[in-house]
Amino acid sequence: MNGAAFIVISILTLAAALAAATLRKLMHAALSFAVAFVGIAAFFFLLGAEFVGLALVFIYIGAVAVLIVFTILLTRRDIEKDRGFNWSGVIIAVAVFCGLTWAILKTASLSIVAPHIRALTVKRIGEALMTSYVWPLQCIGLLLTAALIGALVLVMEEKR
Amino acid sequence: MTPTLQIFLIVSAALFSIGLLAALSRRHAIFILIGIEMMLAAANLNFIAFWRFAPKPHQPPVGVMLALFSIAISAAEAAVGLAMVIVAYRHYRTTNVDQLDQLKG
Repeated sequence: MNGAAFIVISILTLAAALAAATLRKLMHAALSFAVAFVGIAAFFFLLGAEFVGLALVFIYIGAVAVLIVFTILLTRRDIEKDRGFNWSGVIIAVAVFCGLTWAILKTASLSIVAPHIRALTVKRIGEALMTSYVWPLQCIGLLLTAALIGALVLVMEEKR
Repeated sequence: MTPTLQIFLIVSAALFSIGLLAALSRRHAIFILIGIEMMLAAANLNFIAFWRFAPKPHQPPVGVMLALFSIAISAAEAAVGLAMVIVAYRHYRTTNVDQLDQLKG
Protein backbone atom coordinates (compact mmCIF):
# COMPACT_ATOMS: atom_id res chain seq x y z
CA MET A 1 0.00 0.00 0.00
CA ASN A 2 1.42 3.31 -1.12
CA GLY A 3 1.78 6.18 1.34
CA ALA A 4 1.97 8.97 -1.25
CA ALA A 5 -1.15 7.73 -3.04
CA PHE A 6 -2.95 7.58 0.31
CA ILE A 7 -2.07 11.21 1.12
CA VAL A 8 -3.12 12.49 -2.31
CA ILE A 9 -6.42 10.59 -2.24
CA SER A 10 -7.29 11.65 1.30
CA ILE A 11 -6.61 15.34 0.57
CA LEU A 12 -8.74 15.15 -2.60
CA THR A 13 -11.59 13.34 -0.86
CA LEU A 14 -11.73 15.54 2.23
CA ALA A 15 -11.42 18.79 0.23
CA ALA A 16 -14.22 17.74 -2.13
CA ALA A 17 -16.40 16.63 0.79
CA LEU A 18 -15.83 19.94 2.59
CA ALA A 19 -16.69 21.82 -0.61
CA ALA A 20 -19.87 19.76 -0.99
CA ALA A 21 -20.85 20.61 2.58
CA THR A 22 -20.12 24.34 2.48
CA LEU A 23 -20.48 25.71 -1.07
CA ARG A 24 -23.41 28.10 -1.48
CA LYS A 25 -24.43 27.09 -5.00
CA LEU A 26 -26.27 23.78 -4.99
CA MET A 27 -25.02 22.69 -8.40
CA HIS A 28 -21.37 23.20 -7.41
CA ALA A 29 -22.01 21.23 -4.24
CA ALA A 30 -23.51 18.35 -6.24
CA LEU A 31 -20.45 18.22 -8.51
CA SER A 32 -18.08 18.27 -5.50
CA PHE A 33 -20.16 15.43 -4.07
CA ALA A 34 -19.37 13.40 -7.21
CA VAL A 35 -15.64 14.21 -6.87
CA ALA A 36 -15.70 13.14 -3.21
CA PHE A 37 -17.15 9.79 -4.23
CA VAL A 38 -14.42 9.36 -6.86
CA GLY A 39 -11.98 9.76 -3.95
CA ILE A 40 -13.79 7.20 -1.81
CA ALA A 41 -13.77 4.74 -4.73
CA ALA A 42 -10.01 5.36 -5.05
CA PHE A 43 -9.66 4.43 -1.36
CA PHE A 44 -11.46 1.17 -2.08
CA PHE A 45 -9.07 0.47 -4.97
CA LEU A 46 -6.13 1.23 -2.67
CA LEU A 47 -7.48 -1.22 -0.08
CA GLY A 48 -7.81 -3.98 -2.67
CA ALA A 49 -11.61 -4.06 -2.98
CA GLU A 50 -11.79 -3.21 -6.68
CA PHE A 51 -15.29 -4.60 -7.19
CA VAL A 52 -16.79 -2.45 -4.42
CA GLY A 53 -14.97 0.61 -5.80
CA LEU A 54 -16.44 0.02 -9.24
CA ALA A 55 -19.91 -0.54 -7.74
CA LEU A 56 -19.53 2.75 -5.84
CA VAL A 57 -18.60 4.62 -9.04
CA PHE A 58 -21.52 3.11 -10.95
CA ILE A 59 -24.11 3.66 -8.24
CA TYR A 60 -23.07 6.99 -6.72
CA ILE A 61 -21.65 8.89 -9.68
CA GLY A 62 -23.78 7.19 -12.31
CA ALA A 63 -27.08 7.19 -10.45
CA VAL A 64 -27.23 9.13 -7.18
CA ALA A 65 -25.30 12.22 -8.34
CA VAL A 66 -27.38 12.42 -11.52
CA LEU A 67 -30.55 12.02 -9.44
CA ILE A 68 -29.41 14.89 -7.16
CA VAL A 69 -28.71 17.10 -10.17
CA PHE A 70 -32.17 16.33 -11.58
CA THR A 71 -33.80 17.17 -8.26
CA ILE A 72 -31.89 20.47 -8.09
CA LEU A 73 -33.07 21.36 -11.58
CA LEU A 74 -36.68 20.41 -10.76
CA THR A 75 -36.73 22.53 -7.59
CA ARG A 76 -34.81 25.40 -9.08
CA ARG A 77 -36.81 28.42 -7.91
CA ASP A 78 -35.52 28.11 -4.39
CA ILE A 79 -31.78 28.15 -4.94
CA GLU A 80 -31.13 31.85 -4.32
CA LYS A 81 -32.80 31.69 -0.92
CA ASP A 82 -30.41 29.22 0.69
CA ARG A 83 -29.14 31.62 3.30
CA GLY A 84 -29.40 29.96 6.68
CA PHE A 85 -26.20 28.45 8.03
CA ASN A 86 -26.41 27.03 11.51
CA TRP A 87 -23.13 27.53 13.35
CA SER A 88 -24.01 25.11 16.14
CA GLY A 89 -23.68 22.36 13.53
CA VAL A 90 -20.00 23.25 13.10
CA ILE A 91 -19.39 22.95 16.85
CA ILE A 92 -21.15 19.58 17.03
CA ALA A 93 -19.25 18.24 13.99
CA VAL A 94 -15.86 19.34 15.38
CA ALA A 95 -16.71 17.82 18.76
CA VAL A 96 -17.70 14.50 17.15
CA PHE A 97 -14.49 14.48 15.09
CA CYS A 98 -12.32 15.19 18.14
CA GLY A 99 -14.07 12.49 20.16
CA LEU A 100 -13.70 9.88 17.42
CA THR A 101 -10.04 10.76 16.80
CA TRP A 102 -9.26 10.61 20.50
CA ALA A 103 -10.86 7.16 20.75
CA ILE A 104 -9.05 5.88 17.65
CA LEU A 105 -5.64 7.17 18.76
CA LYS A 106 -6.10 5.77 22.23
CA THR A 107 -6.76 2.22 21.00
CA ALA A 108 -3.33 0.67 20.60
CA SER A 109 -4.54 -2.45 18.79
CA LEU A 110 -5.54 -0.35 15.77
CA SER A 111 -2.01 0.70 14.80
CA ILE A 112 -1.33 -2.26 12.53
CA VAL A 113 -0.19 -2.46 8.92
CA ALA A 114 -2.09 -4.43 6.34
CA PRO A 115 -1.23 -8.13 6.12
CA HIS A 116 -0.68 -9.79 2.78
CA ILE A 117 -3.90 -11.31 1.56
CA ARG A 118 -5.03 -13.23 -1.47
CA ALA A 119 -6.42 -10.91 -4.17
CA LEU A 120 -10.19 -10.60 -3.94
CA THR A 121 -11.44 -11.70 -7.34
CA VAL A 122 -14.95 -11.13 -8.67
CA LYS A 123 -15.31 -14.91 -8.82
CA ARG A 124 -14.91 -15.18 -5.04
CA ILE A 125 -17.40 -12.35 -4.45
CA GLY A 126 -19.88 -13.98 -6.82
CA GLU A 127 -19.50 -17.36 -5.12
CA ALA A 128 -20.09 -15.79 -1.70
CA LEU A 129 -23.12 -13.87 -2.97
CA MET A 130 -24.63 -16.99 -4.52
CA THR A 131 -23.97 -19.37 -1.65
CA SER A 132 -23.86 -17.98 1.89
CA TYR A 133 -25.37 -14.57 1.08
CA VAL A 134 -28.16 -15.59 -1.29
CA TRP A 135 -30.94 -14.81 1.20
CA PRO A 136 -29.73 -11.26 2.00
CA LEU A 137 -29.21 -10.71 -1.73
CA GLN A 138 -32.85 -11.53 -2.47
CA CYS A 139 -33.99 -9.30 0.39
CA ILE A 140 -31.90 -6.41 -0.97
CA GLY A 141 -33.40 -6.94 -4.43
CA LEU A 142 -36.92 -6.82 -2.97
CA LEU A 143 -36.05 -3.72 -0.90
CA LEU A 144 -34.63 -1.87 -3.92
CA THR A 145 -37.65 -2.72 -6.04
CA ALA A 146 -40.05 -1.60 -3.32
CA ALA A 147 -38.12 1.63 -2.70
CA LEU A 148 -37.98 2.56 -6.39
CA ILE A 149 -41.69 1.79 -6.90
CA GLY A 150 -42.42 3.85 -3.77
CA ALA A 151 -40.38 6.77 -5.09
CA LEU A 152 -42.26 6.61 -8.41
CA VAL A 153 -45.66 6.52 -6.67
CA LEU A 154 -44.64 9.48 -4.49
CA VAL A 155 -43.76 11.78 -7.37
CA MET A 156 -46.58 10.72 -9.70
CA GLU A 157 -48.97 13.56 -10.57
CA GLU A 158 -52.43 13.09 -9.14
CA LYS A 159 -55.25 12.94 -11.66
CA ARG A 160 -58.08 15.23 -10.78
CA MET B 1 5.50 5.02 5.04
CA THR B 2 2.67 2.55 4.80
CA PRO B 3 -0.70 3.70 6.11
CA THR B 4 -1.95 1.94 9.21
CA LEU B 5 -5.54 1.14 10.12
CA GLN B 6 -5.63 4.16 12.44
CA ILE B 7 -5.07 6.65 9.61
CA PHE B 8 -7.86 5.11 7.55
CA LEU B 9 -10.21 5.33 10.52
CA ILE B 10 -9.26 8.97 11.12
CA VAL B 11 -9.95 9.87 7.47
CA SER B 12 -13.26 8.07 7.73
CA ALA B 13 -14.08 9.95 10.97
CA ALA B 14 -13.28 13.24 9.20
CA LEU B 15 -15.60 12.27 6.35
CA PHE B 16 -18.34 11.39 8.84
CA SER B 17 -17.93 14.74 10.61
CA ILE B 18 -18.14 16.65 7.31
CA GLY B 19 -21.34 14.75 6.50
CA LEU B 20 -22.69 15.60 9.95
CA LEU B 21 -21.79 19.25 9.38
CA ALA B 22 -23.70 19.28 6.08
CA ALA B 23 -26.71 17.53 7.61
CA LEU B 24 -26.88 19.76 10.69
CA SER B 25 -25.96 23.22 9.47
CA ARG B 26 -27.50 23.56 6.00
CA ARG B 27 -31.18 24.41 5.71
CA HIS B 28 -31.72 23.05 2.22
CA ALA B 29 -33.22 19.54 2.05
CA ILE B 30 -30.88 18.35 -0.72
CA PHE B 31 -27.83 19.35 1.32
CA ILE B 32 -29.12 17.27 4.21
CA LEU B 33 -29.42 14.25 1.89
CA ILE B 34 -25.87 14.85 0.60
CA GLY B 35 -24.64 14.86 4.22
CA ILE B 36 -26.43 11.62 5.01
CA GLU B 37 -24.93 9.95 1.92
CA MET B 38 -21.47 11.09 3.03
CA MET B 39 -21.92 9.61 6.49
CA LEU B 40 -22.99 6.30 4.93
CA ALA B 41 -19.92 6.37 2.68
CA ALA B 42 -17.70 6.88 5.74
CA ALA B 43 -19.27 3.77 7.28
CA ASN B 44 -18.53 1.85 4.06
CA LEU B 45 -14.92 2.98 4.18
CA ASN B 46 -14.71 1.62 7.72
CA PHE B 47 -16.14 -1.75 6.64
CA ILE B 48 -13.56 -2.11 3.85
CA ALA B 49 -10.66 -0.94 6.03
CA PHE B 50 -11.50 -3.41 8.81
CA TRP B 51 -11.82 -6.20 6.25
CA ARG B 52 -8.43 -5.38 4.70
CA PHE B 53 -6.59 -5.10 8.01
CA ALA B 54 -8.06 -8.21 9.64
CA PRO B 55 -5.17 -10.46 10.71
CA LYS B 56 -6.91 -13.61 9.52
CA PRO B 57 -8.98 -13.32 6.31
CA HIS B 58 -12.47 -14.77 6.42
CA GLN B 59 -13.52 -17.08 3.66
CA PRO B 60 -16.65 -15.28 2.64
CA PRO B 61 -15.24 -11.71 2.68
CA VAL B 62 -17.66 -10.34 5.28
CA GLY B 63 -16.58 -6.69 5.18
CA VAL B 64 -16.89 -6.50 1.40
CA MET B 65 -20.34 -8.10 1.50
CA LEU B 66 -21.52 -5.65 4.18
CA ALA B 67 -20.22 -2.71 2.13
CA LEU B 68 -22.02 -3.95 -1.00
CA PHE B 69 -25.34 -4.36 0.83
CA SER B 70 -24.93 -0.99 2.53
CA ILE B 71 -24.30 0.71 -0.85
CA ALA B 72 -27.53 -0.84 -2.17
CA ILE B 73 -29.50 0.37 0.86
CA SER B 74 -28.11 3.91 0.60
CA ALA B 75 -29.07 4.00 -3.09
CA ALA B 76 -32.66 3.09 -2.16
CA GLU B 77 -32.61 5.75 0.58
CA ALA B 78 -31.38 8.41 -1.86
CA ALA B 79 -34.14 7.59 -4.35
CA VAL B 80 -36.92 7.82 -1.75
CA GLY B 81 -35.41 10.93 -0.11
CA LEU B 82 -35.12 12.85 -3.37
CA ALA B 83 -38.68 11.86 -4.32
CA MET B 84 -39.83 13.28 -0.97
CA VAL B 85 -37.95 16.54 -1.66
CA ILE B 86 -39.75 16.86 -5.01
CA VAL B 87 -43.16 16.18 -3.43
CA ALA B 88 -42.52 18.69 -0.63
CA TYR B 89 -41.47 21.28 -3.19
CA ARG B 90 -44.65 20.67 -5.18
CA HIS B 91 -46.86 21.11 -2.11
CA TYR B 92 -45.16 23.98 -0.30
CA ARG B 93 -43.07 25.61 -3.06
CA THR B 94 -39.98 25.50 -0.88
CA THR B 95 -37.16 23.11 -0.04
CA ASN B 96 -36.02 24.96 3.06
CA VAL B 97 -36.53 22.61 5.97
CA ASP B 98 -37.19 25.50 8.37
CA GLN B 99 -40.34 26.40 6.47
CA LEU B 100 -41.71 22.85 6.43
CA ASP B 101 -43.19 23.25 9.92
CA GLN B 102 -46.84 22.28 9.41
CA LEU B 103 -46.65 19.56 12.07
CA LYS B 104 -45.05 21.83 14.68
CA GLY B 105 -47.15 22.00 17.83
